[in-house]
Amino acid sequence: MPDAKKFMYINRKAPYGTIYAWESLEVILIAAAFEQDVSLAFMDDGVFQLTRGQDTKGIGMKNFSPTYSALGDYEVTKIYVEKESLEERGLGLDDLQHLVWEDEDEDYAEKDSIHLVSRAELADLFAGQDVLFNF
Amino acid sequence: MAMLHLVNKSPYDTCNLNTASGTMKDGDQLLLIEDGVYGAIKNGKSASLLNGLKVSVLGPDLAARGISQDKLVDDIDIIDYAGFVDLVEASDKVQSWL
Repeated sequence: MPDAKKFMYINRKAPYGTIYAWESLEVILIAAAFEQDVSLAFMDDGVFQLTRGQDTKGIGMKNFSPTYSALGDYEVTKIYVEKESLEERGLGLDDLQHLVWEDEDEDYAEKDSIHLVSRAELADLFAGQDVLFNF
Repeated sequence: MAMLHLVNKSPYDTCNLNTASGTMKDGDQLLLIEDGVYGAIKNGKSASLLNGLKVSVLGPDLAARGISQDKLVDDIDIIDYAGFVDLVEASDKVQSWL
């Protein structure tokens, strides 16, 4: 993909209080279909989007959290979660969904999509992008 | 019961919980709903805002967000919608911190 641009989607809002998280997910899936180099960052309250075990029956809203596990099939394989944001909110990696993708170059070996990064590492990732979208 | 304070925003996103908890009087109660429930996570930085307060949290909003009971601060009441109505009914006034 010589002409592919690097797109990063930065998710900073909790999942059900506003529509941002769901809208971001929709945009990401569309962008992935255009074969761009897509990566996602979750920081601030955005880390709450990835918690495991979400059950929205009691609030009458669609539970869109299972969609994150489909991202690997759309070749969205780089998901960065900011360590400081998780820790400040009393959460760890174990509280998040285990997201994986299959590497077809290595006999479809399952690999982790989520990478825990520091704020400084995230800043470096931002600097390497062509386009950034903040949700 | 004097006043029921409702907080529906994440304490990591707005200062609503900070202000609400700072203005609560003896006998007042706090109910965390919607994104406000994130304030009840025991190991979170905002948990200390709840020290010494009478706090409830809306169970369906916790479940939607994947926050299990073992993650919460001690001495917190998990209530359902009927419990929400009971709290409002038992209060003289309600202040909703939007």
